[in-house]
Amino acid sequence: METQLSIRDLTVDFDQGRQFVRALHGVSLDIAVGETIGVVGESGCGKSITWLAALGLLGKRATLSGSVKLAGTELIGASEKQLSSLRGGKIAMIFQDPSSSLNPVHRIGHQLGESLRLHRGMMGEQASAETMRLLDRVGIANARQRLNEYPHEMSGGMNQRIMIAMALAGEPDILIADEPTTALDATIQAQILDLLRELSRENGMALVLISHDLGVVADMAERVAVMYCGRVIETARTDAIFDNPTHPYTRGLIAALPDLEGPKRRLASIPGTVPPPDQLPPGCSFAPRCTHATPLCDVALPALLPVGPAAGHSVACIHSGPLRVEKSKAPARQSLTAELEPA
Amino acid sequence: MLRYALLRIARALVTVSLIVSIAFVILRLSGDPAIIILGPEAPPEAFKAFRHAWGLDQPIWVQYLKYFNAIFHGDLGNSMRDGRSALEVVGERIPLTLAITIPALFLKVLIGLPAGVYAALHRNTAIDRLIMTLSVFGFTVPSFVLGLVLAMIFAVKLGWLPSGGSDTWLHAVLPIFTMGMIGAAVIARFTRSAMLEVLGQPYIRTASAKGLVWRDVVVAHALPNAAIPTLTIVGFMVGSLVAGAVVVESVFSWPGVGRLLVTAVANRDLAVVQVILLFVGFTMVLANLIVDLLYGWVDPRLRTKRLQAGT
Amino acid sequence: MRPLLSVRDIKRHYQVRVPGGFFGRDALLKAVDGLTFDIKRGETLGLVGESGCGKSTTARLVMGHIPLTAGSVAFDGQPVTARHDSDWRAMRRRMQMVYQDTLGALDRRLTISDQIGEPFAIHEPLMTARQRHERALSLMDSVGLRADMAGRFPHELSGGQRQRVVIARALALSPDLLVCDEPVSALDVSIQAQVLNLLDDLREQTGFAALFISHDLKVVRQMSDRVAVMYLGKIVETGAPEAVFKRAQHPYTKALISAIPTPRNRGRRERIVLEGDPPSPVDVPPGCAFHTRCPLAMAQCRLDTPLLSGDGDHLVACHAIHQTAQSAPLAAE
Repeated sequence: METQLSIRDLTVDFDQGRQFVRALHGVSLDIAVGETIGVVGESGCGKSITWLAALGLLGKRATLSGSVKLAGTELIGASEKQLSSLRGGKIAMIFQDPSSSLNPVHRIGHQLGESLRLHRGMMGEQASAETMRLLDRVGIANARQRLNEYPHEMSGGMNQRIMIAMALAGEPDILIADEPTTALDATIQAQILDLLRELSRENGMALVLISHDLGVVADMAERVAVMYCGRVIETARTDAIFDNPTHPYTRGLIAALPDLEGPKRRLASIPGTVPPPDQLPPGCSFAPRCTHATPLCDVALPALLPVGPAAGHSVACIHSGPLRVEKSKAPARQSLTAELEPA
Repeated sequence: MLRYALLRIARALVTVSLIVSIAFVILRLSGDPAIIILGPEAPPEAFKAFRHAWGLDQPIWVQYLKYFNAIFHGDLGNSMRDGRSALEVVGERIPLTLAITIPALFLKVLIGLPAGVYAALHRNTAIDRLIMTLSVFGFTVPSFVLGLVLAMIFAVKLGWLPSGGSDTWLHAVLPIFTMGMIGAAVIARFTRSAMLEVLGQPYIRTASAKGLVWRDVVVAHALPNAAIPTLTIVGFMVGSLVAGAVVVESVFSWPGVGRLLVTAVANRDLAVVQVILLFVGFTMVLANLIVDLLYGWVDPRLRTKRLQAGT
Repeated sequence: MRPLLSVRDIKRHYQVRVPGGFFGRDALLKAVDGLTFDIKRGETLGLVGESGCGKSTTARLVMGHIPLTAGSVAFDGQPVTARHDSDWRAMRRRMQMVYQDTLGALDRRLTISDQIGEPFAIHEPLMTARQRHERALSLMDSVGLRADMAGRFPHELSGGQRQRVVIARALALSPDLLVCDEPVSALDVSIQAQVLNLLDDLREQTGFAALFISHDLKVVRQMSDRVAVMYLGKIVETGAPEAVFKRAQHPYTKALISAIPTPRNRGRRERIVLEGDPPSPVDVPPGCAFHTRCPLAMAQCRLDTPLLSGDGDHLVACHAIHQTAQSAPLAAE
């Protein structure tokens, strides 16, 4: 499969005045053309920073190293001019809080028109016709009237649709959606996820879905990357991640999630909290919270290595081999699907 | 919108009449104009005649009611000093004051706004620190100190400019500069913090993410939003165009409204003081009203919010 | 047995002005519009719904933080009002609240142990400072906070730890009822599980009843003995979690459940995607408030407001469901 975007050993250090704090410790990911990848993790794991860094949106206090290639073009170290022509064009991004992500003093039509002018050179009548087509495409009724309205006159769900329309204006090859439905209600979330799914299929657009919600990622993604403390600690096809989670953290996240079906059980919580980025333990970052940790974990930094039969399943845990064996020995706790009763 | 404007004007009228009432009481209780204007040596008959002519022999509340009654009939009274209409006395000074305050306002905005924006965009750099140091200096130093220092340098030492009076346009330079520097410092500080707040907003990131270069992000997305809080302070300055020059006019002997106020208070020349206060009140209120209407124009959120609040 | 909390037809309406006409127009915002429910001793009622459905307003009404527009709330037989008199304060000992915004709920100038000891200072003035501190330490222990955190301030703790402090403070006086408004919504998944388990354990130990409010169906199912689903100020379906979540009847509940993706139901959930946004509580549609988005809407739904009814504990407010329920026995004959 052709690679749309390739991230290699991406690191980000933030200048905190007195010291540099490393927020990203060498992230590598590939996104194929048209693929939907889910990136999950808890707050502070670096799931947003990875993509803000890739687009050069972190500002002057961030120092980047590594490589991000968009269809062969290197983004790290690219000029501001080169980056800005790609942003909103080949690579678009939408954010968590749609209502404050739109400029409160500009009309919807103006904000959409700006993208069309930047990336497709459209002006005047042509631009407003295209704006209406885009609004229509993202499911906003009364497009002509909406053009003259302001973001605060619309609901959060509608504003997210407008953000999506704005992203589509540049006809992107890849859309990065950073927690696109976290601020929205469940029924509106379902609408927005459906819309994203449709658009990605229709336009052959790759979709990076960043979310803390395992359910959203499981629902949308073909492949999942789980992040912890600035590293990818497990990545695999969606089925493999949820049926055969291997990293103790991935397992912990899944077990910590209450469910709507199946027998009610006590939640398996992960003890402790995520360490702050400037106080990471020397070995595996998860070791202090891990029930499987051995003394070796406190010193050895595990690499992300392939495991198991499923292609593309990689785990950063020195115990990944034994963990998988232990799993198959204990059928009661095996895969989630095994537990499922026929609906 | 109309009802909103009317309500604001009504509230302003109440404020102005309160100010005028307080001034009335204070001036009446703090000294006898007859003694000040005629001099303590004048004969007792002269005092009596003066007091009778100006109604000063009546109980204070009668004077007060009469005064307000006259105002409602359009009579703002006469100056006790030379008997001319107080309105006329004040009116002839207004152009002189505006001649220095309006250029000063331009100076404040033209220096303060860019300095604040620049400082915000280059936060924590040497230039930002320099601008902010100057700004703190500008609004902690009282205007008479800055005025005197400037007069020392440019009038006394260098002899480039006159230190007082109003004969030529050169006389206006130092007063304008003094007021301009201080106002610019205030505007710079306000603008910087407004800009910093706006630059941290998610829509700025959106603007970058949609492919605008940084300069366009600043111009098209940050500035219009940062203008909203900055407008308040500029509006306040517009409101004090008539009254804001009291100290500077005194320092540079500029014969404007401010200096007239100082002499009128010293003379207990009530009618003149009152007219100036009314003028000041009205310009303040008008400026506030304009700022409010401008708010609605720059910030579309307020248009609907105002309706929801029901005012 | 008398229920611990008895809520009868409570309403909370607000006068607001909305855009429209030249000066705007007056309108009535019906945040809560006729709720009736009971909570038995030791029972947890989960209240679930989307933003603007009135669930947080319900919490504040139950606590007597804001006055009722209509209806009544009785706590252990005593009416709860928003009059802050000595009765109200006495009742405060027995009903406590846990909030979503932990930083806002805590006094940032008080240390953790002072924070937790504060209810004793208010309600048990005879207790010495030393005794208060000891009680605070034992409460900290019971919510899983280390004793060495006693001297810290709220901003020095993580969100999960702060929520533990809020819970410890709420439980200090052994209340009979705990009202929890989105207690884990601001927390990460792994921390959320810790706090939910903690609440579960404490409930086991002390036997408090709870009104558990959340937008998250999964969390509500995990925590509740009974659930009520709200839409625009009204309860549309209520019953045991297994009944409501497995055999949902109301079309809104069904849509809500189908909208929740979980790793388990991945790729095989029945998908009902509702169109549009919920109407504003200022413009609640007449009849059944859900009819504008409902796939089953009939003429009657636009006119009459459906009442909660059903057999046993599982109640639904929906004309379409009631009609089929009525016609089913006829068809059987």
